[in-house]
Amino acid sequence: MEKFVYLRDVVTLALDPEKCVGCGMCLVVCPQAVFSMHDGIAHIENRDQCMECGACSQNCPTAAVTVQAGVGCAAAVINSALGRDGSSCCCVIETDEGSRGGGSVCC
Amino acid sequence: MDQPFVEGSVETKAGRIPRVSSTLTCADHFGSIKARWGVRRMQFTVDPGLYALGNPDDKTRVFVTANYKMSFDRLREALVGRDAWILVLDTNGINVWCAAGKRTFGTEELVRRIASVDLAQIVTHRELILPQLSGPGIAAHLVKKLSGFKVIYGPIESTDLPLFMDAGCKATPEMRKKTFATKERTVLVPVELVGTLKWSLLILPCLFFLGGLGGDSGFWAGTMRYGLFAVVAFLCAIASGAVLTPILLPWLPGRAFSFKGLVMGIITAILVAAFWPGDFNQWAGRAEIFAWFFLIPAISAFLGMNFTGASTYTSLSGVRKEMERAVPLEVVGCGIGLLLWILSLLAA
Repeated sequence: MEKFVYLRDVVTLALDPEKCVGCGMCLVVCPQAVFSMHDGIAHIENRDQCMECGACSQNCPTAAVTVQAGVGCAAAVINSALGRDGSSCCCVIETDEGSRGGGSVCC
Repeated sequence: MDQPFVEGSVETKAGRIPRVSSTLTCADHFGSIKARWGVRRMQFTVDPGLYALGNPDDKTRVFVTANYKMSFDRLREALVGRDAWILVLDTNGINVWCAAGKRTFGTEELVRRIASVDLAQIVTHRELILPQLSGPGIAAHLVKKLSGFKVIYGPIESTDLPLFMDAGCKATPEMRKKTFATKERTVLVPVELVGTLKWSLLILPCLFFLGGLGGDSGFWAGTMRYGLFAVVAFLCAIASGAVLTPILLPWLPGRAFSFKGLVMGIITAILVAAFWPGDFNQWAGRAEIFAWFFLIPAISAFLGMNFTGASTYTSLSGVRKEMERAVPLEVVGCGIGLLLWILSLLAA
């Protein structure tokens, strides 16, 4: 539907409809229009549009939306693999929060 | 208070608050241009705290932003003709979206800053307008719980703020969708280019002087023929990966950025070959031009891949998947290319 779509079937986004209270915050914060609202419950409408920024899970009051948040930045992945702190580069993937790389940063 | 863009102050119950204008000066614009080229970008900051735009009172809306001066300037510029309180968070001089990703533009900092500027004393309402792209760092329900202030997510672009405000703080779906238009990609090119040219400054002299090994007319004749061509071809590879790939992104085939960079690199290699002064009938000549058909696409693919960090729609999972396949190919491509090139020099 959009001009820009990244790789298919890779993102870690998940939504538990049992926990969803239909507040709609995920629809508000998502910059990629991934979600839609049907029958008072949020749905993942455009899964491949997700960029794993983490805004939805962060703002979900019931933890119904989960995603392994991070910055899709190759330089950060390289820095992380080389064990550099990334102060010379714009992005950092912090590995101290979990083995698969928790939070991440970019400037 | 002693920042060049501060013009006087406003009295409040919580003391004097520095006042700023919606009109940017030449110095403000020049600072933005420098930051886009990577010059003193990390020093392009605003002191965190509260600022008054125009003549705000206790009922005026509060807008929250990062202490990257470009973020601050875009916000005050968008609010021309309006009164506002601007709450600047300490994000270490990093823009809203990237700082939100690191949680420096985060719930904790926001709650702390609301308390440290005594915001509850200055305004009687309990609402804050945050940029939508601060979402990855902010948990709106926690901010409400911890500070009493309700977070309203504004539009992505500050330029949409007047329409958003006039609609009673309602964003249209377009305001909520991050675009990546040609202009948005183009302004990111200088920083990519400066970053790339920094490490290229080490490689370019190596290529030039290695060229001296080529030919039998002496060292300097070799640098002028083989070294110079290598320098030009290398610069074309950088232009392909760091300039043309970002600008032509939606029109290049494939989804992976490295693939887009590869395609652009092959096109560039064909163009470079058209200006190649060598002789295809000799083994050395063939090796030289084949070398660049490996090197240019490999370098371009690598630089294209690096643009994922500047793009607005790539996920970390996707970048990791792309890199698993692309990085080994890029390394092998560069290796074969370099080997062929050196062999061509020794054989020439």
